[in-house]
Amino acid sequence: MRTLRLKLVRDLTMLRGQVAAIAVVIAAGVMTLVMLVTALDAISLSRNRFYEDFNFAHVFVDLKRAPERVSEQIREVEGVNLVQTMVQAPVRLEVPGFGDPVRGQVLSVPNGGQPDLNRLHLREGALPESGRSDQVVLSEPFAEAHGLQAGDSLSAIINGRLKTLSVSGVALSPEFIYQLGPGDLLPDYERFGVLWMNRRALAASFDMDGAFNRLVLSLQSGASAGPVMDAVDGILAPYGGLGAYNREDQISQRILSQELDQLRVSATVLPAIFLGVSAFLLNVLMARIIDTQRQQVAVLKAFGYGNRDVAWYYGLLTALIVVIGCGLGVVLGGWTASGLARMYMEYFRFPAMDFRLQPRVILLGVAIAGAAAGLGTFRAVSRAARLPPAQAMRPPAPEAFHQTALERSVLWGWLSQSTRIIIRNLSRHRLKASFSVLGISLSGALILVGSFQFSAVDHLIDTQYRLVQKADTNLYFSETVAPKVKTSLLNQPGVKAVETFRDVAIRLRHGHREYRTAIEGMNASRGLRGLIDTSYRDITLPADGLLLTGYLAEYLGVEVGETVEVEVMEGQRRTLTVPVAGTVNEPVGMGAYMERGALNRLLREGPAVTGAWLLTDESREEALFDRLWDMPLVTSVGMISESRASISSYIEHTMLFMMGFVLVLAGSIAFAVLYNNARIAFAERARELATLRVLGFTRAEVAWILIGEIGILTLVSIPIGWGLGTALAWLLNQSISMDLFRVPFVITHQTYAFAAAGVLLAAILSLLFVARRLYRLNMIDALKTAE
Amino acid sequence: MEHSTGSSRVVFSTRGLTKVYVMGEMEIHALRGVDLDLYAGELSVMLGASGSGKSTLLNILGGLDCATEGQAMYGDQNLVRASDKALTAFRRDHVGFVFQFYNLISSLTARENVSIVTEISRNPMTPEDALSMVGLEGRMDHFPSQLSGGEQQRVAIARAIAKRPDVLLCDEPTGALDSKTGVRVLEALEYVNRELGTTTVVITHNVIIGQMAERVIQLSDGRVASIHVNERRAAPGELHW
Repeated sequence: MRTLRLKLVRDLTMLRGQVAAIAVVIAAGVMTLVMLVTALDAISLSRNRFYEDFNFAHVFVDLKRAPERVSEQIREVEGVNLVQTMVQAPVRLEVPGFGDPVRGQVLSVPNGGQPDLNRLHLREGALPESGRSDQVVLSEPFAEAHGLQAGDSLSAIINGRLKTLSVSGVALSPEFIYQLGPGDLLPDYERFGVLWMNRRALAASFDMDGAFNRLVLSLQSGASAGPVMDAVDGILAPYGGLGAYNREDQISQRILSQELDQLRVSATVLPAIFLGVSAFLLNVLMARIIDTQRQQVAVLKAFGYGNRDVAWYYGLLTALIVVIGCGLGVVLGGWTASGLARMYMEYFRFPAMDFRLQPRVILLGVAIAGAAAGLGTFRAVSRAARLPPAQAMRPPAPEAFHQTALERSVLWGWLSQSTRIIIRNLSRHRLKASFSVLGISLSGALILVGSFQFSAVDHLIDTQYRLVQKADTNLYFSETVAPKVKTSLLNQPGVKAVETFRDVAIRLRHGHREYRTAIEGMNASRGLRGLIDTSYRDITLPADGLLLTGYLAEYLGVEVGETVEVEVMEGQRRTLTVPVAGTVNEPVGMGAYMERGALNRLLREGPAVTGAWLLTDESREEALFDRLWDMPLVTSVGMISESRASISSYIEHTMLFMMGFVLVLAGSIAFAVLYNNARIAFAERARELATLRVLGFTRAEVAWILIGEIGILTLVSIPIGWGLGTALAWLLNQSISMDLFRVPFVITHQTYAFAAAGVLLAAILSLLFVARRLYRLNMIDALKTAE
Repeated sequence: MEHSTGSSRVVFSTRGLTKVYVMGEMEIHALRGVDLDLYAGELSVMLGASGSGKSTLLNILGGLDCATEGQAMYGDQNLVRASDKALTAFRRDHVGFVFQFYNLISSLTARENVSIVTEISRNPMTPEDALSMVGLEGRMDHFPSQLSGGEQQRVAIARAIAKRPDVLLCDEPTGALDSKTGVRVLEALEYVNRELGTTTVVITHNVIIGQMAERVIQLSDGRVASIHVNERRAAPGELHW
């Protein structure tokens, strides 16, 4: 068998170009699989460990104010394990050397100690000392964004009073893995921070001594959240409870799990495509190798090698290609997985990323790649094994051709002989040609999938910030104010336009589905906030009823004309039934909208607003913010340009990174498929091409036969690739829609042109590589060899 | 080197023609100074053992290969110095080839295999006429896989003569055929040579085929060993092997 092994090495060396091309495709599949599954594992393991080690609560509830003794009642609810009450409050922060407004959320920790639930993971320093009212622990991303460390200080306006706080430590919390400010869609670590301080100090500032306004609890194992939440809601209703929610609705956990779902989809779809293509390439290559080695097979068999030896030989050849591909894929996958995990660490803050390349994942990659390869080459290998030696000794019979319907048509007469050769070759090998077309189409489809989101994301951002969010600043008041606040806002420096709105936290319910969001009540005539339909035209706000974001309506399963249950999360917390008057086509967020007057009536209040959108003169921004911050009722000032920048950078970081990655792989697959095709077409035609050269055809004329064949396959593949790519893109687009944003399903002409150009480029490159061989084509050899 | 048949116009003339192949560290002298004239309209047979240099000589005369030294004149064109482009044009305009293994394009019918040459020629006969000359008027729309070996070789001859070449070079045209079929192919070659007056060179290691030639050129060890003029040419039908 030693000689056979030697032959194996020689065959591999001889076929190195094609072997490399196929190995790259296998590597791409294994790499995406290893990368995505490893990252998925790393993130879910880190999350689970963080939740477990730091007692992440199961149920959360905010309320107005309840005396501490109420918590005893909750402790007695069946299924409740631990209960932690706390005080929380919004604050304004002033960080030395940072001009923009900064919002903060302060949470209490028991005096001098860790809470029972949602414990803090201290990264540096310590918890506030018992009895100290000026010490705080900062959330790590916020501290990092401002370069704050234990011992530094910052100012806070707590309940209207300016206070200097000293940083005792920096920590991470399982509640804020994804640290999002209220009303924000994306983390902004510079402009929003979470702080923890001693409960006594915080309670004193907010008149919360002996009371709490937030409660979290954990469940006994086996207990389900639903009944507990109902009981808690019942107990806290008299105290202004805003409705309990479980982990599923906890914002950080919710976004994290959506991100993991997205990763899971990619981890299934992408490797499946790559490994499918490599199975196809291996099939074509092995069939070709075995055809050319018929006589060698015969000789081996004549000398007494058995069927099994022959099958073993070709099986091993395939296996070696798979091993090369897998090795490359595992190494690259491990390397890119750590990059991907690091990227996620920017948005999701865990104490430690449990990153390890697990043998299980490697095995999975190798097994799937091996199975794909086995599937691809089984037929060719078993055919070689079954070849009777006497038959194998004879050259294969000349290929049989028959006239087709096309040839009896008038058109046929106009075609040159070279073109007839091309067409007959293609129609004779219909199955192989179809496979080639499928392979090339798939690579084109992948290029399209890898590139469509670039323009789709531009479209999203353009829609959101040109048609929907037309203001450049928004601000929220700590309580409802009269609409005439508009006048005083208009008098602020640089303010060009003002529109006020009423914003109320609600829970929407329809059937079994519910979702926590807010209703924004706005004026019927709006200039700074657009509400658009699917054709991007502005919608007239109905006098009554709700408008829902289309994605939210779909989530709730509610149709226009039906009603939804609206549980108002403030005041008397009434539950109302409101008709859905229409849907809006917003790419970002999941919201509900109403005419402001109608909302005021629904809430049984007079004309009242809770915030405003401003259009401002950028050059006077600083003066404006100083003034706005001095207004006592203003709790939050947001710059829309900032949120635009952060959403762009988030999309670029996460999604476009993945897509760029897919694009590079798609390009290499396009090349691998076309190069293999061109090489095999050349090998099969070499003799005919040499004959034509002898008969006086020029190199260019001979090359046409090869170029024509690859060209026709490529041209047929491009529209099919568009079709496949559009379908794949649609599927991918559906699977990655989430609360945060939905990338619109928009494929521009440029994207189609780009996909076509990618395939054409790959075809041209492959032909150039083959042209070298064509140039060196030895005419004399061709005359000497038998068919 | 007198010759007594055909016209006296020289078509090919080689002087000191040498071909050295370099294979790794080895030099193989395929031709060691061949001096030879071929005359218009004659049918000559080139005999020699394998390795004698006959195929190399034919390849150089047909513009498929370049000599290392010496000259190979076709009229006043020296093929040894010709560019690749000039050699392509030379093959296209003047030479017809017949190969041992036919080298038909399997995806084209007999008629189309001939058309592929007539389409690029200046003054061709029709594919139908060419195929009639080799007795295949009834098999014109058959694909190679539907023809016997002898029929395939006759298609190859039709393809070679359809452009009315000045020379017809045949490398072991009967090498892959049985004797009876081989004779039919040789009859076709003889008929074409007689009817069209095409200078025809047949390479073979089959000495018997030499009997149908005007001249028999014996090559050995890269040189012309002897030239024999047949007093009486045998008709192909008289040959047996």
